[in-house]
Amino acid sequence: MAELTYRAAVARGIAQEMERDPSVVFIGEDVAAAGGVFKTTEGLLERFGPDRVRDTPISEQAITGALMGAAMNGLRPIGELMFSDFLAVCWDIVANQIAKTRYMTGGQVALPLVIRTANGGGTRFGGQHSQSLESWAMAVPGLKVVAPSTPRDVVGLLAAAVRDPDPVVFFEHKKLFATKQDVPDGEIVDRLGIATVVAPGSDVTIAALAAMVPVALEAAGRLSESGVSAEVIDLRSLVPLDTRTLLESVTRTGRLVTVEENPRLCGWGAEIASIVAEEALWDLDGPIVRVTTPHIPLPAAAEMEDLAIPSADRVVDAVLRIT
Amino acid sequence: MSSPSASRLSMYRDMVRARYFEQRVYDLFMEGIVKGTTHLGLGQEAVAAGFVAAMRSDDLTFCTYRGHNHTLLRGAPMAALLGEMAGRDLGICGGKGGSMHLTDVTKGAMGSYAIVGAHLPIAAGAAWAALLRGTGQVAVCFFGDGTTNIGAFHEALNLAAVWKLPVVFVCENNLYMEYTPISTVIPVEHPAADRASAYGLESLLVDGNDVDAVRTLATEVIERARRGEGPSLVEAKTYRHKGHSRADPGKYRPQEEVDAWLAYDPVKIYRARLTADGVGIDTIEAIEREAAAEVDGATEQVRNAPPPDPGTLLTDVWADGGSAWRN
Repeated sequence: MAELTYRAAVARGIAQEMERDPSVVFIGEDVAAAGGVFKTTEGLLERFGPDRVRDTPISEQAITGALMGAAMNGLRPIGELMFSDFLAVCWDIVANQIAKTRYMTGGQVALPLVIRTANGGGTRFGGQHSQSLESWAMAVPGLKVVAPSTPRDVVGLLAAAVRDPDPVVFFEHKKLFATKQDVPDGEIVDRLGIATVVAPGSDVTIAALAAMVPVALEAAGRLSESGVSAEVIDLRSLVPLDTRTLLESVTRTGRLVTVEENPRLCGWGAEIASIVAEEALWDLDGPIVRVTTPHIPLPAAAEMEDLAIPSADRVVDAVLRIT
Repeated sequence: MSSPSASRLSMYRDMVRARYFEQRVYDLFMEGIVKGTTHLGLGQEAVAAGFVAAMRSDDLTFCTYRGHNHTLLRGAPMAALLGEMAGRDLGICGGKGGSMHLTDVTKGAMGSYAIVGAHLPIAAGAAWAALLRGTGQVAVCFFGDGTTNIGAFHEALNLAAVWKLPVVFVCENNLYMEYTPISTVIPVEHPAADRASAYGLESLLVDGNDVDAVRTLATEVIERARRGEGPSLVEAKTYRHKGHSRADPGKYRPQEEVDAWLAYDPVKIYRARLTADGVGIDTIEAIEREAAAEVDGATEQVRNAPPPDPGTLLTDVWADGGSAWRN
């Protein structure tokens, strides 16, 4: 057991898989010699050499295209997009090519690849380096979508993503890079599509993802002081989505609040709300409430950004409105 | 004679098969059997035939929506290709791809890509895997002149050159990007060859209607890639006999230009050359008869084939064979 940051957990997860499987390779901008602009991949070049850990030009289409071609021809590549916002410059490769090729070829092509990317706000980077884009990827059939909230989950879910036979978009949250946790030694491998109840409760279910998990936990702590018992679920992956854990919780608590960092429209919480409405409406004791960033681009100024992104205060208010 | 005669006959056979096949695709579209759209490579057969003749069977090809010929000539079964275009159950992709996405991984035909430029970095990635795994494979990536103006072209060329990847990029310059003359949308004469120097590559132009010339250059650049000497960018000048796609009669092209290129038909000129080189007319006609019979046979199979089983609608999104996104 050793204390590990979320940042260092990324390198540990990649190293664990590269050590195990020689077909795992890793590319991206500034990932090798510089160890990543967020220092998430330090030491990998030294350990695995320049054939397997490689810097690329600023060419997101070439990076994601190379991942796809390499996966078609026997490798299990991991690629990094420095910021998830850069998905927009290679969305053709990700959404049209990588996501659809297995289906469109009648199952001929397997694409075991991982696109890792730094996601999310709270870092004052402004609207083009701060977005939470899990819902974009979730909307495209053929992509698996993972977003860990803790260092341990970074290792275990990254390992699961690398071993998965399908393409995975792996969102690492920038605001969480410095967070720490005691993480067991040795190999850690999770399964995709398993949500975790991170705080048990009986009055309301709060579903959260990535950096919104600690926000939800803080809210749950404050609510307990007001006598409200909140259950917090860390979804961990949106595709596959663990609706069983979610529905089991909601049928028990009778209330659901989603906490989403993305702007309001078509966020993942809307899908979850619709599933719960279709399948557990008669178990509900109040309306489903979504706490999201307003439907705006994220501003850069600290006070404005903090107002935009869901806070524990807003989650507490939302819960108190329905309990 | 630049090549042994057996392989020259084989290239003739390939061009004739591709020609008859696509003429049948056109006819079946008019009949309503082939649906959606089609982008015919009629007139451009020599590029695919010359390159395929220079490839090893485990080499990989990547092509565009105008990729019927390349996929067929790599060895994909004709009935399965025609069936895919007709949306029948015997289609090579089970009816899920359509005319723009013909793929036969078992033959190294790694897909037809319908978003211009996308497959160039994908081909580079496959070449990178070949290099790392030491397979000796070369990736050959075909695309049109219009592709040279999209970002993925430049990203892929740059990456392939910097990483010295075993990939050959082949621009089939048929003079038109869809409906627009390529000369009106580029500031250089040769859309690919004149850009090669930007990536430290040699400017390579070939007569894309001369299958012997294509095969000679293809052999050189493919073997260069296989020796670890990096990528090449080839520009093969050719001409589309039909419009861009089914909806396009190609009226924007001057008649004298069309006539000149129809006279310089790669199949016709090769037939004449082989005859002049002493190949008997009986041999040539036998090749043509066999190709016609193959097309007729494939057509019969497709006419009699049922649509895809509705049960396959929800298969093959994921590696487990299904499409479930939740438990």
